[in-house]
Amino acid sequence: MLALAGMSNSFVAAAAAGPAAARSFPIVYLREAYPGPGIMPSLLETNPDDLGLAGAEEGTSEINTTGKFLGVHFKLYVVTLQAGADVAAQARKVFAPGPAVIVADLDADDLLKLADAPAARHALILDIRTIEDSLRQRDCRANVFHILPSQAMRTDALAQFLVEKRWSRWFLLQGPTAQDAVYAADVRRSAARYGARVVAAKSYDYNPGSRRSDTGYQQIQTQMPLATQIGSDYDVLFVADETDLFGDYLPYNTFDARPVVGTQGLVATAWTPAFQSYSALQMQNRFQQFAHRQMTERDYGGWLAVNIVGDAVMRGRQTSPAGIRAYLRSDGFLVAGFKGEGLTFRTWDQQLRQPVLIAQPLMVVSMSPQAGFLHPDNTTDTLGFDRPETQCRLAQ
Amino acid sequence: MPSRAMTGRSGALLALAVLLCSFAASGRASELFVSNEVDDTVTVLDGDSYKVIATIPTDQRPRGIIETPDHKAVLVCDGDSNNIDVIDTKTLKVIRRIDTGPDPETLATSLSGDELYVSNENNALVTVINYATGKWITQVPVGIEPEGLAVSRDGRTVVVVSEETSMAHFIDTKSWQVVANVLVDTRPRVAVYTPDQRYLWVSSEVGGTVSVIDPRSHQVVHVINFQIPGVDKQYIGPIGIQFTADGRTAFVALGRANRVAVVDPGSYEVEKYILVGQRPWQLTFSADRSRLYVANGLTNDVTIIDVSSEKAVKSVPVGRLPWGIAVVP
Repeated sequence: MLALAGMSNSFVAAAAAGPAAARSFPIVYLREAYPGPGIMPSLLETNPDDLGLAGAEEGTSEINTTGKFLGVHFKLYVVTLQAGADVAAQARKVFAPGPAVIVADLDADDLLKLADAPAARHALILDIRTIEDSLRQRDCRANVFHILPSQAMRTDALAQFLVEKRWSRWFLLQGPTAQDAVYAADVRRSAARYGARVVAAKSYDYNPGSRRSDTGYQQIQTQMPLATQIGSDYDVLFVADETDLFGDYLPYNTFDARPVVGTQGLVATAWTPAFQSYSALQMQNRFQQFAHRQMTERDYGGWLAVNIVGDAVMRGRQTSPAGIRAYLRSDGFLVAGFKGEGLTFRTWDQQLRQPVLIAQPLMVVSMSPQAGFLHPDNTTDTLGFDRPETQCRLAQ
Repeated sequence: MPSRAMTGRSGALLALAVLLCSFAASGRASELFVSNEVDDTVTVLDGDSYKVIATIPTDQRPRGIIETPDHKAVLVCDGDSNNIDVIDTKTLKVIRRIDTGPDPETLATSLSGDELYVSNENNALVTVINYATGKWITQVPVGIEPEGLAVSRDGRTVVVVSEETSMAHFIDTKSWQVVANVLVDTRPRVAVYTPDQRYLWVSSEVGGTVSVIDPRSHQVVHVINFQIPGVDKQYIGPIGIQFTADGRTAFVALGRANRVAVVDPGSYEVEKYILVGQRPWQLTFSADRSRLYVANGLTNDVTIIDVSSEKAVKSVPVGRLPWGIAVVP
């Protein structure tokens, strides 16, 4: 289960230390074998076993190219917990050799259990999976850094795009989960921030039942117009369906001829396999060669997390999790992530500050922040919770 | 009136034809060759009037573009076609294609022009090619996403910067071994020796800086920062670098900051920012070095800067996503 034999969590010289011997730096990739999402609505969607991990592995090979020239070698230890594992108990084993750098491919609950484990106090946890606002707000943790954009960053990114388009009257269609409620609240927050209006809102408790059937589309073709017939005019349907229950059924099935944006349709994301600007094309090519599949948002998170560690160790000359943490919070840190600008962490909630892609399934449509949305310090901080709004109080 | 207008136009056409003929006979004036990354063309501009003389179809995704030392040809890397187009500067036609291996991004020639150095962006290699035969002499493994190349004046060293690895790699041209690797700021794009060869300047697009490297000690001796009032720091992305012949002034294109910085290489102070088109990347001097040409990727034009007054004189439209510029006297 825990394959950490021989791992030391500090920066160690190789056994046969000669002048040219590479120093070895461990990175732990921690994931849990969660039950899969089940059958997805579209046959085009897949759920590879190595989601996220493949990005971290490709990233490790890339930072080792730099490391080869500098005498540093990074080793990725992959730890897969069984579904339902006691994360806090397992954390003791992971941290037994000492404080570690963890790339966490864990859901929100498990991430908090890991972060709150006493042994993790001096660890550095790079979260590549969650998007939950709560983890960036009241449930933020000093030892956790978030790589992917929060829900609020995503609705802000879409809102700026829609306002730029003058599509500012929104019909909010909200699914049944708690995360849908958070997303819906973010939609309202973004509307208020950027001068759009939620002109209609409706909850929709879609029961997916069997996802595959020979004539299912006929049912959908009657259900979705019913769900979206609201008798008032709007510009776009903003769907809040974080668990992919029904959102993908909406495009072209709405009662009125309106575009669909939100958690499905036109989405806000850190990465899509269709993105090719700012050298992303080279990244897509490298990833495809390595993993024999397309690069997803979580793969990008894994790649970025490992590159952040590489930068802190090789450019920042840090040798411990505590040193890396301080470096990531400093002005000296900056990582490249194919967004045309250096990415940095917000010190108030340790969320990676980043432009966000606006994408439909096959194409990138835009990238937010949109031109014209201004900020006194950093335009990218127009996305998500800015310093004055943060509810995060980090224990130092 | 219509007939007068007609006369006027055909007269002008006739004059142009005579002009072109006389250039063809006596050798034309200086010309700019601009690679248009998404058009798969090279736009040829007249070096005096900046009118489009020709639009030359190339292979796919033309980016790095240079003239040969004898000015007989302009060479252009076609990233998606894995070759170099050789454009005859007299006939303005592609007369030859040279196989480069995968994804060539930029290129340089040896001092004599006998050898070509090509950065293979997808393969982390520099390919060395015999220009006459097109045969590969060797391939040198370097960092990930190699891009800008610089050749020392003594011909002994080729420097390549790798974007993803964030290094300048110094390659010895006798042994074809990498002899030094210098870590610079994030995503280096271009390397240029100072005219006195004492320093190598490397621009880092995402890092937002220019690293000044001592090529003997292989140490970074200075880092140049840029600050522009009203422009977010993250939009400052240095790429193209050019020095005046006397080495007293450097010009640095700043990408999304839409400006070219004027830097004093003695003090490393930034003296001025010249507003140009959107997302300027590569820079090239006119043959007499009185003008600086700037390829603006997002506005699809070339800005012409007067070097003595350090002012943008005009911008001229070219193809889509202009990447680089070669100048033939």
